[in-house]
Amino acid sequence: MIKTVIDLISAWLIPVIILVVLVWGIIKRIPVYETFIDGAKDGLKVSVDILPYLIAIIVAVSMLRASGFFDITQQLFAGVLDWLKIPVDVLPVMFVRSLSGSAVLGMFSEIANNFGPDSYVTKLTAIMVGSSETTFYVLAVYFGSVGIKKFRHALLAGIFADIIGIIAAVGVARWLFL
Amino acid sequence: MNYIWFLIILVSILSAAYTGRISDVVNAVMKGAQTSVEVALYLAGIMAFWLGIMKIAEKSGLVAFISRLLTPVARKLFPDVPKDNPAIGDIAMNFSANAFGLSNAATPIGIKAMKELQKLNKDKKSASNDMCTLLAMNTAGWQLVPATVIAVLVANGSKNATEIVFPTLIVTTITFMSAIVIVKVLEKFSPAQKPEVNQEGDND
Repeated sequence: MIKTVIDLISAWLIPVIILVVLVWGIIKRIPVYETFIDGAKDGLKVSVDILPYLIAIIVAVSMLRASGFFDITQQLFAGVLDWLKIPVDVLPVMFVRSLSGSAVLGMFSEIANNFGPDSYVTKLTAIMVGSSETTFYVLAVYFGSVGIKKFRHALLAGIFADIIGIIAAVGVARWLFL
Repeated sequence: MNYIWFLIILVSILSAAYTGRISDVVNAVMKGAQTSVEVALYLAGIMAFWLGIMKIAEKSGLVAFISRLLTPVARKLFPDVPKDNPAIGDIAMNFSANAFGLSNAATPIGIKAMKELQKLNKDKKSASNDMCTLLAMNTAGWQLVPATVIAVLVANGSKNATEIVFPTLIVTTITFMSAIVIVKVLEKFSPAQKPEVNQEGDND
């Protein structure tokens, strides 16, 4: 029952947003078509900019997987990971997602490509990646811009929130997709 | 990131030496590079479409409208900011732009808010409580639709990529709420700021 509602909201959220945005734009007499083209250009730029990062990370993680490293780690941590229902392939994602947005996107693509888009690993990673921001990048940019040297409790708060995000992602994915 | 990247490759080659799968690793280099280009190509279409729609939200004032609705909440979260200070509006705008996935718009507004908060800060080298709260809001990054993630799923042949939309929304909401609570709790234990004396003078 709850799952049906969640699926319904998931399916309708994007069309509803598109509709609201377009209707609002028409009412406000915005040239919606030209504005769309303008924004789409930015979108193309984003994906071109991201390509070198994707190559760097996808190649590195593909190498890591092919090397059998995950099999070794799996044997080492099998007990804990099994108990938490966390696939070993998600481990690097947990650490990198706070450091680099393009890197974590590369790792996620690699997982989706390797396990298929509808596998549990891919869905868990999708939630983990989609719900996070790159904490250390944000810290550097925002505090760097005004010359703050002492982060005080901001750093700890960011790290705690990241950990809660990982736990929540695992919980929600287990609840809905396992 | 330099060390992490280096470490991943180093560990791969060492593990391959241990497991005897070095030829698999070499093949992975070729295949990985090819996959990256494919992913970026697919990503281009969906990202372009989504950012096109979001540009309309920005230009038509929808983002600004939502941030006006959020202003009273922002005032509660940033108690040290005086009434009518531009920082509050910037903070609400920063949140709304993030929510719509307009990170190119969100970051400059967020930095502007940070600069306004810096003007109110008594120790220019150390973050004020309000600055930490703004940062927590941004590191937790609440987002309505994870467009990039959906794009990657579609690029890899997902039949039902939007399935993860609401679950992700649940998780991002939990994380965001926790970040606010955590930063407000830690504020109580954080060492107090020292007002600057005889250093660079007062900036006001």
